Amino acid sequence: MADSDNLTLNFGPQHPAAHGVLRLIMEMDGEVVHRIDPHVGLLHRGTEKLAETKPYNHSIGYMDRLDYISMMCCEHAYVLAIEKLLDVQPPIRAQYIRVMFDEITRILNHLLWLGCHGLDIGAMALFLYCFREREDLMDCYEAVSGSRMHATYYRPGGVYRDLPEEMPKYKANRFISKSKVKKLNYNREGTLLDFIADFTERFPSKVDEYEALLTDNRIWKQRTVNIGVVEPERAIELGFTGPMLRGSGVEWDLRRKEPYEVYDLLDFKIPIGLNGDCYDRYLVRVEEMRQSNLIIQQCVAWLNKNPGPVIIEDNKLTPPKRALMKHDMESLIYHFKLFSEGYSVPEGEIYCPVESPKGEFGVYIVSDGANKPYRLKVRAPSFAHLAAINEMVKGHMLADVVSVLGTLDLVFGELDR
Amino acid sequence: MKILNIIKTLTLIDLLKGLKVTLKNFFKPKITVQYPEVKTPISNRFRGKLALMKYENGEERCIACKLCSAVCPANAISIDSEESEDGTRRTTRFDIDAFKCVYCGFCEEACPVDAIVETDIFEYHMTENHQRLQTKEMLLQLGDDYREKIVRKKEKDHHYK
Ligand code: SF4
Ligand code: SF4
Repeated sequence: MADSDNLTLNFGPQHPAAHGVLRLIMEMDGEVVHRIDPHVGLLHRGTEKLAETKPYNHSIGYMDRLDYISMMCCEHAYVLAIEKLLDVQPPIRAQYIRVMFDEITRILNHLLWLGCHGLDIGAMALFLYCFREREDLMDCYEAVSGSRMHATYYRPGGVYRDLPEEMPKYKANRFISKSKVKKLNYNREGTLLDFIADFTERFPSKVDEYEALLTDNRIWKQRTVNIGVVEPERAIELGFTGPMLRGSGVEWDLRRKEPYEVYDLLDFKIPIGLNGDCYDRYLVRVEEMRQSNLIIQQCVAWLNKNPGPVIIEDNKLTPPKRALMKHDMESLIYHFKLFSEGYSVPEGEIYCPVESPKGEFGVYIVSDGANKPYRLKVRAPSFAHLAAINEMVKGHMLADVVSVLGTLDLVFGELDR
Repeated sequence: MKILNIIKTLTLIDLLKGLKVTLKNFFKPKITVQYPEVKTPISNRFRGKLALMKYENGEERCIACKLCSAVCPANAISIDSEESEDGTRRTTRFDIDAFKCVYCGFCEEACPVDAIVETDIFEYHMTENHQRLQTKEMLLQLGDDYREKIVRKKEKDHHYK
């Protein structure tokens, strides 16, 4: 038989299944992948360097744009790091709000992941169902912060504004009748919390629907079971975190192991997988959505009962109330000082991780006592996950590359920073 | 157990379960909103295109304090100022680069006289590169055109700030 050389194949950077701008150089022997070499950096925007040139608060918005599928979780890590350096504690209501929105973000992220992963492997309908639910959560984002994705809502010392008392409503016009609008508005009559409560009641049955479509489906199983297996020890060695690690059966979740905010007061379970293949990671993420739903329910119940401040009243760190600023000279001075110069953070360094939907998202800040970070480093979970792709794909078929890429849950905003 | 599995495989039960879901959704009323005839609700806090506001008597609110340009993370606002005839400080240039702006809302938060505001306009386009610069006149015009709506929305949200 004639000797055949390996074929080098380019995958991406404009490939629909590459989830952004990933370029893979694959060495193929027929259909079988021998080696995979991921090329990253095509979405590098220098966020870390940029943050060194701006007062602390300016970078909150840029954190949203790192992992643009789980926006508020990234803000959370940044804000927590600053708070720890400053040694301030946000009010308890703000902590609950943050936890609630972190979990909303988790569901948002997993829904997008599920939809796209499904789409890559050929489950078309699922994508539409996932986005149907995402829409409601996006509305929550918009109601609270004014933006559907890049919220810029968390602040060191709390959150920007309290939850709104009313939800925006559909309006009737000559293309849509009053009765139809009334039906569309049925869950928008109350406060934002009522809207979220209504969502959490509906959501479990929707997850059942997704599972009916996928969990037992033979095609889904053929594409995911025993694909990209990672042993637990190896997963730890590779620096996996989040669902990637839990899928391999290691029970590690920062919300339990190093509880931040009010996670230690909340009741939820950590799902883990058994085999560490794509299928188990799918099961873990689906169960995480259910658990997040429970957490949101607990937060809604608490927030409904306990009104209060959502940001600390320390005018060196947070702006004074607007009404006060208009009449009170001192408040006005604080207002000007804060918005022109910002606040100075004491000298020191801190690493502050949160359990973002993808894994451990951490922010490391070195402060030299100025109003800007001396150095900011972002630990992106996707980076460690992508680094393992060669190991996970070796020996599999070309089509499995897509399964593995999907299961990694990559977002290049965060990976390339 | 084995027999059960064989029955499951042969009857395609797993696929039929999925098809049941799709069939159910096939007959459900659709959630699609017929944009642009019907629009989805927009929150009072929505952060869209920026505008400059005036007082009721038509006087410009902006006092050229430049807080908004100082707080802008994207350096999207450029301001020049001068003393005007009536002795007040006014801007002579107030440009917002729509390509740089990240719609973070910091400028509105910072403005001490509520001059610069975020409207809920998100449907706009430009055909030439230079149109990305929104000049003072354009911003003031936008504020005039949508004054009622902006004031109504801002009042509703005022007590949260
Ligand atoms: S919204 Fe943000 S980015 Fe845009 S002009 Fe205002 S401060 Fe700058
Ligand atoms: S818009 Fe407001 S913050 Fe900006 S210069 Fe004018 S008064 Fe100052």
